[in-house]
Amino acid sequence: MKLREIAHSRTGDKGNTSNISVIAHDPKNYAFLEKHVTADKVKEFFSDIVQGDVVRYTLPNIGALNFVMYKALGGGVTRTLSLDIHGKGLSSALMNFDLPDKE
Amino acid sequence: MKKIRIGSGAGYAGDRIEPAVELAEKGDIQYLSFECLAERTIAIAQQAKMKDPNAGYDGLLTARMEAALSICHAKGIKIISNMGAANPVAGMQKVKEIAQKLGIKGLKIAAVTGDDVLAVVKAGDYVIEETGEKLATIKDKLVSANAYLGAKPIVEALKNGADVIITGRVADPALFMAPLIYEFGWSEEDWNILGQGTVIGHLLECAGQITGGYFADPGYKDVNGLARLGFPIAEVSEDGTAIITKVAGSGGKVTLATCKEQFLYEIHNPAAYMTPDVVANYTTVQMREIGPDQVEISGGTGNERPATLKASIGYVDSYIGEGQISYAGPGAVTRGRLALEIVAERLKLTGVKYDELKLDLIGIDSLHGEKLSQTGHEPYEVRVRVSGRTQNMKEAVRIGNEVETLYTNGPAGGGGATKVAREVVAMVSVVVPRELVSYTLHYEVI
Repeated sequence: MKLREIAHSRTGDKGNTSNISVIAHDPKNYAFLEKHVTADKVKEFFSDIVQGDVVRYTLPNIGALNFVMYKALGGGVTRTLSLDIHGKGLSSALMNFDLPDKE
Repeated sequence: MKKIRIGSGAGYAGDRIEPAVELAEKGDIQYLSFECLAERTIAIAQQAKMKDPNAGYDGLLTARMEAALSICHAKGIKIISNMGAANPVAGMQKVKEIAQKLGIKGLKIAAVTGDDVLAVVKAGDYVIEETGEKLATIKDKLVSANAYLGAKPIVEALKNGADVIITGRVADPALFMAPLIYEFGWSEEDWNILGQGTVIGHLLECAGQITGGYFADPGYKDVNGLARLGFPIAEVSEDGTAIITKVAGSGGKVTLATCKEQFLYEIHNPAAYMTPDVVANYTTVQMREIGPDQVEISGGTGNERPATLKASIGYVDSYIGEGQISYAGPGAVTRGRLALEIVAERLKLTGVKYDELKLDLIGIDSLHGEKLSQTGHEPYEVRVRVSGRTQNMKEAVRIGNEVETLYTNGPAGGGGATKVAREVVAMVSVVVPRELVSYTLHYEVI
C-alpha cells in the first residue's frame, strides 16, 4: 500500500530546511503511520535529495507526523539551482512511500 | 461574548486580488490583513529603494488598495499589511494618495518602521545561523537586514486609531494576532493566549492555503471552485477559540484536512514555534468540524518569548545562468540526454567559470532525481534545462548561450529555447538582542 491511500501531506520551506507533514485521513490510522513512517525510512526515501538529518515530531492531537529535513533544498530556497526552489513537490513524492498492507 | 472576525486578503505578494474584495463585501469582517512579504522580497525591495528613495514597497500595493480601500473604509474594516516591505513610509504615502484619489475622507494611515537593522548588524559581531560563519565574511555583499518585529507596534497603531497599518518585516502571525490583542485586551505576557493567537495567525497567513487552495489531488482530495477560491476568515472569541470559515458561496472548502495541512506548513518543532511575541506550542491544539466550512480551533498554548529577535539578512550571493530547450517525438529522451552532454562539454571547452552546475531533463528527473523518478514509460516530450552558478553576470549569460546554440549545433529537432541570467540575492539569518531593535510609528490623516 502506498502512503497516499491513508494520508495526505504538505511541504513547507525555511532556508535550506524542508518540513513535510504526514496527516492521517482517518485518525484511526495515526498509530499505524507512527509505527511505519519513521525518520530513518523517510531519510532513506529521500536519500538522493536530503543531505542532512531527518527529525520526526509527533502530533497525536491532530493525528499527524511532521518531518523536518535539514540540507534538503540544494543550498536554500533563495540560491538553489533546482527548478522547484521551495521543494514544494517533495510532499507529492512522499505519497509513493511504501507501507505494509493493513490486516 | 464579543467576537472578532478577521479576513486574510493575501497569502503572498502576487496573490489574487478579488478574494480580498469579496471578504470585505460579504465576509462581515472587522479586520483584513494581507501577508505579502516573502523572505527574499524585502532584500529586492531594498535594492529598489537604493535606486529610488520613493520605491521599495510592494508592487501590488496600489492595485490591492485601489480594489479594497473604498469598501473597507465604508464598512469600517481596518487593513493591516506588511506591503511596506523596505519602505513602509513610502507605502503609507501611496495609500494616502490612493485614498485621496478615491475621495475618501477621515482615514488614519500608519507606517511601522524599525525592522531595518542593517546598521546594527554591520556594527556588531554576529554569527550566521545557517552556516555558523561570521557575518563579517559577507560584509561587503550585504543588501538588507530586517528584524522580525512582533504585534506590539501594530497594537499601538490600532490604539491610536489607525485604519490602515503598513509595516515592513513583522512576524506573519502578528498581522492577525495584533487586532486580537487590541480588541480583547490580551496581556503581552499571557503566553498561552498568545500561543493560541499565533496558531490563528499562522492558519490565516497563507490565505487560500487553508480554504482548499494548494490541497486538491483529484480522486483523493477533491476541491470544487478553485478558480473562485474564497479566502479565510477567523471568527475569534475572547478566550482565543476560533472558527475558521469563508464567505458562503465562494469556491474551495474548509475541513479538518485543509486546516491540518496549513497548521503544519513551515513548522519545525511543533512544541516550540518561535515568534517575536511568544514561543507557541502547537501540540496542545484541538480541531473540531462544527459545520460545513467551519472548523473550530482551540487549545494552543505557549511559553515566554525569546530574548532575541531573528533578523533576515539579504546579500548578493552569486549569479545564475540558465537555458532550456525542448525535444519531442521518438527518441526525445535520448536526444535530450545528448543535448545535456553537449552543453556540459561546451562549457568546459569554452572555459565558462561556474561553481555549481545542474543538468535536468524536465519530465524525467528534474525535480527529485533519478531514484524517485522511475515511471517505466518514456514521455513523448522532454525539456532540457541547464542551470549554473557563477561569480559574475558575464559568465552566467554564457550558460544560457550554450543551450541556445543547440538549435543549429545540437541534436535534431530542438525547439523553444529560452535563456535567462540573474543576480542571486540570497538570505541568511542572525539573532539580534531585543534591546537593539526599536520601532517607530508614523501617521498620515486625511
